[in-house]
Amino acid sequence: MAEQGTTNRQFSIEYRQYLDVQGKPLGPLPPDSSESDLLLNAYRNMVLTRALDKKAVALQRTGQMGTYAAALGQEAIGTAIGYAMEADDVFVPAYRDQAAQIIRGVKLEEILAFWGGSERGSDFQGPRRDLPNCIPVATQISHAAGVATALKLRHPGQVVVASCGDGATSRGDFYEGLNVAGVWQLPLILVINNNQWAISVRRQYQTASASLAQKAIAAGIPGIQVDGNDFIALHDALTVALKRARKGKGATLIEAVSYRLCDHTTADDATRYRSADELNEAWTREPVKRLQSCLHDNQLWDAGQEQALQASCRQQVDQAAQDFLSREPEAAHSMFRYLYAEWPASYAYQEQLLEEKLARQSQEGQQHEH
Amino acid sequence: MNTEARIQSENATPAAAPAEAPRTMVEAINLALARAMQDDDDVVLLGEDVGVNGGVFRATAGLRQRFGLQRVMDTPLAESMIAGLSVGMATQGLKPVAEIQFMGFVYAAMEHLISHAARMRNRSRGRLHCPMVLRAPYGGGIHAPEHHSESTEALFAHTPGLRVVIPSSPRRAYGLLLSAIADPDPVIFLEPKRIYRAVRHPLVDDGQALPLDVCFTLRQGEDLTLLSWGAMIPECQRAAARLADGGISVELIDVASISPLDMDTMIQSVRKTGRCLIVHEAARSCGVGAEIAAGIGEHCLLNLLAPVRRVCGFDVPMPYFQNENNYLPNTSDVVAAAMELMSYNGE
Ligand SMILES: Cc1ncc(C[n+]2csc(CCOP(=O)(O)OP(=O)(O)O)c2C)c(N)n1
Ligand SMILES: [Mg+2]
Repeated sequence: MAEQGTTNRQFSIEYRQYLDVQGKPLGPLPPDSSESDLLLNAYRNMVLTRALDKKAVALQRTGQMGTYAAALGQEAIGTAIGYAMEADDVFVPAYRDQAAQIIRGVKLEEILAFWGGSERGSDFQGPRRDLPNCIPVATQISHAAGVATALKLRHPGQVVVASCGDGATSRGDFYEGLNVAGVWQLPLILVINNNQWAISVRRQYQTASASLAQKAIAAGIPGIQVDGNDFIALHDALTVALKRARKGKGATLIEAVSYRLCDHTTADDATRYRSADELNEAWTREPVKRLQSCLHDNQLWDAGQEQALQASCRQQVDQAAQDFLSREPEAAHSMFRYLYAEWPASYAYQEQLLEEKLARQSQEGQQHEH
Repeated sequence: MNTEARIQSENATPAAAPAEAPRTMVEAINLALARAMQDDDDVVLLGEDVGVNGGVFRATAGLRQRFGLQRVMDTPLAESMIAGLSVGMATQGLKPVAEIQFMGFVYAAMEHLISHAARMRNRSRGRLHCPMVLRAPYGGGIHAPEHHSESTEALFAHTPGLRVVIPSSPRRAYGLLLSAIADPDPVIFLEPKRIYRAVRHPLVDDGQALPLDVCFTLRQGEDLTLLSWGAMIPECQRAAARLADGGISVELIDVASISPLDMDTMIQSVRKTGRCLIVHEAARSCGVGAEIAAGIGEHCLLNLLAPVRRVCGFDVPMPYFQNENNYLPNTSDVVAAAMELMSYNGE
């Protein structure tokens, strides 16, 4: 038994950052960051993500798209996840992870389809084992622990990366998932996109905990806080965590400290609850400009390349939008086709009811035309 | 002006609100919440984004400014906690009105609702009870993302000890919510968000409650009883008007309290008309329509001129919105089913 007055346990949380807000190195960079093209590819992906978000928001504003959750200001997080993972790892996203999904091989058109009201958006043609977007906040964390359990049993060496928001850390699923990941030493890396807001609720009103990373401590796993607008720091923290998990040494929690520069979604109006001053201040720390400056300082990037990249991103997202918009909606019967492996015979009459409903609709449509 | 000040001025309630003004359903809900809070200090609001943001649908707009942080609580993001807190608060004399942002996120709260809220009075033999209200927008038709459009009211209706109330007009939203808050037992108050702003009806903010546990007959008729609730009521109203044009007289009843059900009113109506059509947006199997149909079958067998029929959602999750109209029952579906009942000849 501990003597009265002795300290039983002491903990600290590391904060990792390599680039300052101007993109200048604060010290020596980690070796990974000089890997050929890593930083260039990362920059390209961040710009592409931003272009996709801009397009999707524009489509929503013109009534051609449903509610959309942009990742403005948080592009470095998903990009680092995407480049730290191997193809045969499994990604378990929340709903703001398009930056990672693009690298994983999810098509831009699929991302638009998900928010555009089609289940086909979750039938990824690329990463077949990655889980689809998860809207019920934090529930994906339990699934990620389950995926990690499956990998541990069946595919040792493969790992799971999951993502969640700062608000998600208040839910039971967050604690439950981390807890089991700790006891079972699961190959799970959970990245918190701490964008400071859960819709209108500030991080400070979400938890009295000084950091989100320290929530790892109670689960008995490492937790680290990273500048979430610093791609190099994120990639480094992820690489270390993934290596550790691959060796069977268990889970890591990474808190990526960033800021949501956009509204929560297109259905939100953030001016109701946060000031322009706060937003403007956050823009000075944004990740895309920061990495661009770093590339620029290292003679890896110039104005011509920037122009070409912007044009190519615009072209890619325009094409994706066109593909999305020109694709016929799935047939109404698709609602039955995928519910069970086989549609139960006792429900066959419901297909008949749908048939009759569609017939009425098309009849009315015709009457409307005349 | 700083944001905080601007928010306050935008959300401020006009000092002299007109006695009767055209109100949407969501405005009526806001008025009822304000009225209940003004009349009873024990009423407190809690939920995600209900405070400074005034709720994602603006149902609680201005209430934090008016009643303060202690009575309008922005909670951490956790539905199980919101329901559990409400149970605890309610046992100590508060009257919590909790908002679940969308019905699709209520499932983590179910343990508290089913295992505690619904049973507290019974298991403590009346020593403790749970005067709480849990509000949630529900239903489809607004092109929302996945999990934002389901109608799973039957899950609650199947739980003895809960009341489940669904308004279908601004007036009934106002009056039923006042009753729900005043009720000494837990009430699940489901708000058909598709018609939050669909119509404006003149409404006097006079604190006038409407009774729970009873149906509302919206239209008297002789030929067919049409039973529905929530966002399906406007569809049924249009259907009834169309049928009337064709000489068919429909009695339209807004069930409103889907638990406990006011079977008496419905049985009386079917005894008069001899035909019963039930319309709900929720999936067909084990939907509340099944319970109503069973009650009608038990009590009206010799009055029925045709089988009881249901127009419902299919037994599938609500499709994403490109296909939601192929799922949602509509006016024509109701008219077609009614015509079939009218021409039923036993074959
Ligand atoms: C279980 C659940 N409750 C509520 C919601 C509604 N909702 C959607 S996103 C959100 C805030 C999430 O905040 P955070 O976890 O910080 O993620 P962010 O959106 O900021 O990336 C809420 C309350 C939901 N989707 N799921
Ligand atoms: Mg957040």
